Amino acid sequence: MSGRTLYRKLWDTHVVRDYGDGSALLYVDRHLLQETSTHQSFVGLREAGRVARRTETHLAVPDHGVPTTDRSAPIADGLAAAQVEALKVNARDFGIAHIDLDDARQGIVHVIGPERGFTLPGITLACGDSHTSTHGAFGALAFGIGASDCATVVATQCLVQQRAKTLEVRLEGRPGQWVGAKDYALALIGRHGTGFATGHAIEYRGRAVDAMTMAARMTLCNMSIEAGARVGMIAPDETTFAWLEGRPHAPRGKMWEHALDYWRTLPSDGDASYDRTIELDVEGLAPQVTWGTSPQDALSIEGRVPHPDDAPDRGEAERRRRALDYMGLAAGMALQDIVIDRAFIGSCTNGRIEDLRAAADVAQGRRVSSRVRAIVVPGSTGVKRQAEAEGLDRIFLDAGFEWRHSGCSMCVAMNADRLEAGERCASTSNRNFEGRQGRGGRTHLMSPAMAAAAAIAGHLVDVREMAS
Amino acid sequence: MTPFCRLRSHALPFLEDRVDTDVIFPARFLLLMQRGDMGRYFFHDRRIDPDGGAIDGNPFDDPRHAGAQIMLAGADFGSGSSREQAVWALTGFGIRCVIAESFGEIFAANCLRNGVLAIVQPRAVVERLAILESPLEIDLEAQTIGADGESIPFDIAPSHRERLLKGWDDIDLIMEHEGARIAVFEAQQRQVQPWLYGADA
Ligand code: SF4
Repeated sequence: MSGRTLYRKLWDTHVVRDYGDGSALLYVDRHLLQETSTHQSFVGLREAGRVARRTETHLAVPDHGVPTTDRSAPIADGLAAAQVEALKVNARDFGIAHIDLDDARQGIVHVIGPERGFTLPGITLACGDSHTSTHGAFGALAFGIGASDCATVVATQCLVQQRAKTLEVRLEGRPGQWVGAKDYALALIGRHGTGFATGHAIEYRGRAVDAMTMAARMTLCNMSIEAGARVGMIAPDETTFAWLEGRPHAPRGKMWEHALDYWRTLPSDGDASYDRTIELDVEGLAPQVTWGTSPQDALSIEGRVPHPDDAPDRGEAERRRRALDYMGLAAGMALQDIVIDRAFIGSCTNGRIEDLRAAADVAQGRRVSSRVRAIVVPGSTGVKRQAEAEGLDRIFLDAGFEWRHSGCSMCVAMNADRLEAGERCASTSNRNFEGRQGRGGRTHLMSPAMAAAAAIAGHLVDVREMAS
Repeated sequence: MTPFCRLRSHALPFLEDRVDTDVIFPARFLLLMQRGDMGRYFFHDRRIDPDGGAIDGNPFDDPRHAGAQIMLAGADFGSGSSREQAVWALTGFGIRCVIAESFGEIFAANCLRNGVLAIVQPRAVVERLAILESPLEIDLEAQTIGADGESIPFDIAPSHRERLLKGWDDIDLIMEHEGARIAVFEAQQRQVQPWLYGADA
């Protein structure tokens, strides 16, 4: 028998029943819940008189619509307040652990899952949120689901799933300074298109991956969904284990040793084969930014806004024309000439302490352009406190950035943090879709260092030049 | 769930590529918790301008497409966010079948969970269907799209087809048939990965 991939091992060890047509009933070990995608799940469960099968496998936390300014007063937005309250009531009624807004453990689901050690290698993890792929950084089979599936997980601890094909993404070479996981993700999607991994589970491998921190691995796996894949994963290694050891939900003592033995069996076998392989050499890669309304509109910062007529087909040319119109940009202009009004540093893609350190490195001793309003939103309350302990908040405040409480914030614009129509933002989030950061808002995706640099310059800029 | 078997309807063509779920159902409406009236927000920002006026020329409010139960779409339809509200808005608007060049994966799964048939067809076929005057006829049993006398076959996983035809609900199915298997699985997994069963898991 030929060897198995990481994905196949995790799939095989979670099949409750194989239906024989590529689909199976898959066991779900862990489930994260947030407030906007689960209320209807509980409505359905209540109607049918169902209970949670294993209460201890779930963890609920509000993040999407929560305010990032004042947390001492009740939430001003009635709808958001109702949703946050509903999550609490639903969790209580079904016996599920719940982290409240004023709790030191609060944060974006995909930041706190790993932070708590709730995310572990070798598990299946589901969440009513597409960026659940983030948790694959730990060698977990983690994927986003809809509200109906959230209810199914609560009631049965299982889901009917289709086995994906496997896609090996090899990242080789050594990156230059200020270039990292966000640039890799954007470069991959920019070159291969948002649909390149549809139907596949991605496994990221290669020397550049081995060298990455856990934060960087999470950033990379996070954006697998922008490549069309529901799952993105990286085999667990010593970096993973060192990061997890001692976390609140991680196994301890003898159990930790036992778990390590098991986790070390998970990496893909030497003779395992993948359905497809693509490679990216990160040597010499420039920082990446997007110009349009799809993550695939990513280019090197040294580039120019493309001409729609250069698109490979008619449909794509049409889409690009629409994107240019929405973004208020002219084909052919230099990306560095794009002037911004706002900057957002945060989200489950780039709201971890390493991301804030990178942005602070750029911000230190500089000033945000007078025409830009810039906010820093830590991915969790834990990240916020850590940053404050390191003095990063002072660096940001002194440079003219606003320092906020944690949440999804301007990544999804469900709270007060949003762009006005026509406003343009340098953003560390993952989606530049029309209206994503507020109706009529214009989003340019980039890394935390690049967003900080743009905030200071007042336009998109190559951080390598600013920081040298 | 309502079983899906045959459907005869005019189609609503909207062939833009990479229409994500933020466009289908803008995030700010995710704060609404009632599922009932989500059809109103289907493609909201393409239909209603910021001042509340109707946007001219949008296909969703074009009287020629009124009552359409079939939608024609481009590549990567429903990519992006996993929000099931996008499918609830779609069904609330009256659509029961989408024919597209390709789909976002989670969106396609959500369609299945809500009795919506998602059919993949090559771009050329979708474009051809978009200019037909006569209604389309979807036959799930036979796996065909009837279009102006022509019969176009489509693929669907057998288990998906059966689920749609019978209108099955996942939880019912799993609870009824798989309870014993799940218990056996848990007992075995507890041996191999006991840390997943700790008191403070
Ligand atoms: S930060 Fe953005 S992408 Fe991440 S979970 Fe929140 S809304 Fe989704």
